[in-house]
Amino acid sequence: MTAKSTPAGGTAVVRAFFWLPRSARAGALILVVLVIVTLLAPLIAPHDPNAIDPTHVLAAPDLGHPFGADALGRDVFSRTVYALRTSLAIVFASVAVASLAALPLGTAAGYFGGWVDQVISRPLDMLLVLPALLLAITLIAIVGPGSIVAALAIALIYLPILARVQRAASLVVAHAGFVEGGRARGWSSLAVLRRHVVPNALGPLLVQAAILAGFAVQIEASLSFLGLGTQPPTPSLGLMLSEGRDVLTQAPWVEIFPGLAIAVIVLAFNLLGDGLRHRLDPQGMAS
Amino acid sequence: MLQINDVRVRIPVAGGRWVEAVDGVTLAVGSGEIVGLVGESGCGKSTLGGAVMGLLPGGAQLSGQVLLDGRDLGGLTAEEYRRVRGNDIALVSQDPSASLDPTFAVGAQVAEAIRNHRDIGRREARERAVELLRAVGIPDPGARYSDPPHRFSGGMKQRVVIAAALANDPSVLIADEPTTALDVTIQAQILHLLRDLTVRTGTGVLMITHDLGVVAQVCDRIAVMYAGQVVEQGTVRDVFADPLHPYTRALLDSQPAAHHRSGDLPVILGQVPDLTDPPAGCRFAARCARVHDRCTTAPPVVETRGGGRVACWLHDALPPVAQEVS
Amino acid sequence: MNPRLLFVLRRLGLTIPVLFVMSVVIFLIIRLVPGDPVRTMLGFRATPESIAQVRAQLHLDDPLWVQYRDWLAGLLHGDFGQDFVSKAPLSELLAQRVPVTLEITLLSMLLAVAVGVPLGVRAAVGGRWARRLTEGFVVFGISVPDFWLGIMLVLVCAGTMMWLPPSGYVPFTEDPGGNLTYMILPVLTLAVAEAAYIIRTTRGAMLGVIGRPFIVYLRAKGTRERSIVYRHALRNAATPIATVIGIQFGVLLGGAIVVETLFALPGVGRLIVTAINQRNYPVVQAGLLVVATLFILVSLITDLVVGFIDPQVSDRGES
Ligand SMILES: Nc1ncnc2c1ncn2[C@@H]1O[C@H](COP(=O)(O)OP(=O)(O)O)[C@@H](O)[C@H]1O
Ligand code: SF4
Ligand SMILES: [Mg+2]
Repeated sequence: MTAKSTPAGGTAVVRAFFWLPRSARAGALILVVLVIVTLLAPLIAPHDPNAIDPTHVLAAPDLGHPFGADALGRDVFSRTVYALRTSLAIVFASVAVASLAALPLGTAAGYFGGWVDQVISRPLDMLLVLPALLLAITLIAIVGPGSIVAALAIALIYLPILARVQRAASLVVAHAGFVEGGRARGWSSLAVLRRHVVPNALGPLLVQAAILAGFAVQIEASLSFLGLGTQPPTPSLGLMLSEGRDVLTQAPWVEIFPGLAIAVIVLAFNLLGDGLRHRLDPQGMAS
Repeated sequence: MLQINDVRVRIPVAGGRWVEAVDGVTLAVGSGEIVGLVGESGCGKSTLGGAVMGLLPGGAQLSGQVLLDGRDLGGLTAEEYRRVRGNDIALVSQDPSASLDPTFAVGAQVAEAIRNHRDIGRREARERAVELLRAVGIPDPGARYSDPPHRFSGGMKQRVVIAAALANDPSVLIADEPTTALDVTIQAQILHLLRDLTVRTGTGVLMITHDLGVVAQVCDRIAVMYAGQVVEQGTVRDVFADPLHPYTRALLDSQPAAHHRSGDLPVILGQVPDLTDPPAGCRFAARCARVHDRCTTAPPVVETRGGGRVACWLHDALPPVAQEVS
Repeated sequence: MNPRLLFVLRRLGLTIPVLFVMSVVIFLIIRLVPGDPVRTMLGFRATPESIAQVRAQLHLDDPLWVQYRDWLAGLLHGDFGQDFVSKAPLSELLAQRVPVTLEITLLSMLLAVAVGVPLGVRAAVGGRWARRLTEGFVVFGISVPDFWLGIMLVLVCAGTMMWLPPSGYVPFTEDPGGNLTYMILPVLTLAVAEAAYIIRTTRGAMLGVIGRPFIVYLRAKGTRERSIVYRHALRNAATPIATVIGIQFGVLLGGAIVVETLFALPGVGRLIVTAINQRNYPVVQAGLLVVATLFILVSLITDLVVGFIDPQVSDRGES
């Protein structure tokens, strides 16, 4: 083994990786590979995802088209790579927006309790009155379809869930001894929140976010499949599945690969989330 | 009656090691007799009870003999043992709140104990269960039959547990700290209820406790357990009047007067030995005020003294070879 | 008062504000559309006259609270408004569409419960193989997107084997056998993920219960293992299981939208999606209202069932 000097950030990542339980490492690895693939999409994809090729209509998988070609002769592999890019971007955006909103809301609700909790939690609870996909569809019905709306819709679904988790975690931390200690030392609420409550309550939120990210892929794909999410010509997994239905029996590869891609991402996020739960959320506050 | 002969139980723990929780216990409970099994927490009392009930933790190894009314329970199949449990031997355990199924009516839980062993109809079982509830002192048992456990106090729940345990007139009842979880005022009531019901039916009771006060109140005989072994047994009167084993003596000395019992363990200096690696000689040697050199080399043999038995080199049939330390 | 009756009344009381909030949210949908919703609805047909006419027809010029009051009053009399495109009364349309959605979701739920609960129990108390197989099924069911599973089922069962219709529908009242044949693939599609969640929850809940002392005490009474597992442990595990079934019903309602589109089933879900694409807001509202109401009712039923299974729940806060 050669001793190579890794930058400090690199060692931290490596250490974090080995800190995960084994199954979660597999999930993390899959996700890292997928993220790299999507970042390098222009290098990895052998074809322009939207290039129509009449000579390859419904061509079966071969070396030039590893996942075959669709009804317009477009390369399914290239389209899957670019679609992954769209999906992951929407997923990360939606989960990030929801988590960033849930963090202050849930923390304040859990830490202060009382009327602050009421003012924050009641309206969020109302979002849970509709089943998740219906809530997304309601928002899309109002604003109109599109990738950004889909991301916002998913964020809206996740906001009350994440806020609840953060609220529960903060509630526990707020009653732990060291917070009292901080107060006794005359720290302001904000200082106590920043130095104790947030860092100590963050674990369950991360776990929940990781698990929800997997399902965000499914929701995004469902919305696009219904024509309510990403709009053509942007490649998206749900759209590909919707378009491939007509040629299902002649060219099943048009359907099989994008679907597998979704299943793999969901699986990876689930493995990662479960592993993080073991490490960060032993009381199981995230669902 | 129950006869336990040289019973040993090993329980697997992490790292491929075994806890020798019960180590060569010989003990008998006659019909209508109440035998107190006393010892500090962790000395193996419950495990011995589990060995008798055939309810040891997974992977545990049992050797020795358990005879119930002359029948060896060791060779029973799972289904045969099930027919014995709750029928010939019954259990009342420490925490009545944890013993009852929280989602079932208390009466149904008594009726179930009957129907597990008798092929009778629901109606008949219900009538019999109501009678049992009445016998253990549940007021208005017909109306309370359908109430879930959480609508009863701890003492009342323990009465229900006792009713279910005695439903089939077992020959032996294992009462594992039946009053530990209860209010002091309720404890005596439950003890006397147990005593009255079992004496009447001739049920023998193995009364597991860490409280010598309980023994003084209701037991006929006492067996003192230390680190997996019974170190002394005899009639309550003899043992209390003249404890032979230094551990028994220490227990009695550290016990406050019987009329103001504390619920807590008596304090004896020193630590209980690690049961995954018990000492070679007497297991009490590290804490014994009268330890001498023979004690650490070989385990003391059990000697008969009067009506009782003791395992201590001080009471060896042969005169001690070496001088006592104190 | 009887604690159970009190529990039922209290839970019913909690449902009313939820229904109210939901109705307000759905009422507001059309009012929240950016710009003029009527212009959006009419598209290229929008002229100042047609806009004014439709605004009047939809009462959009009344004060908001009057609009809401009239809308709610109409709903309470079974008047859901008019299809903006076909002008047909929506109550009739919904009467055709709702049973389809109910049939898919309830059949899926039934199948998932019938399969998931016993498998979850086996996963908890069975041997290593039972555990491995069910774990594999759970991972599969949770990871695979439902509509893709549906497509693959079509590929395998309908495409290759040709013994199941890939899509279509006949009402049960016209042709019960045909109706059920059309239901097989959609129901399977929805039930797999549902069953996976039920298995996972059942297994976890059962493991928690099996470790509790009262199970030992049941053994000490000589209770048969089968009765310990299925009568006692399962009943104690029922609260989380029923709760998940209730939550999953919401997921099923969402899944129904996708599956109805996939299998060309004339349910409320497909109705909503079509209506959104046509900017047919009255239909969108009516459809969402029905689905959300179903969801709220199922949550209510779930809670009541839990209260009846576990007396501790219905007794809580009794005094
Ligand atoms: N399930 C188990 N797994 C591992 N060790 C156990 C288990 N049950 C009991 N033991 C060990 O066996 C010994 C005797 O325990 P127990 O019979 O419960 O004692 P007592 O009832 O006298 O307090 C203790 O050292 C305890 O740690
Ligand atoms: S054998 Fe020795 S150490 Fe053990 S109790 Fe007797 S005197 Fe004490
Ligand atoms: Mg014990």
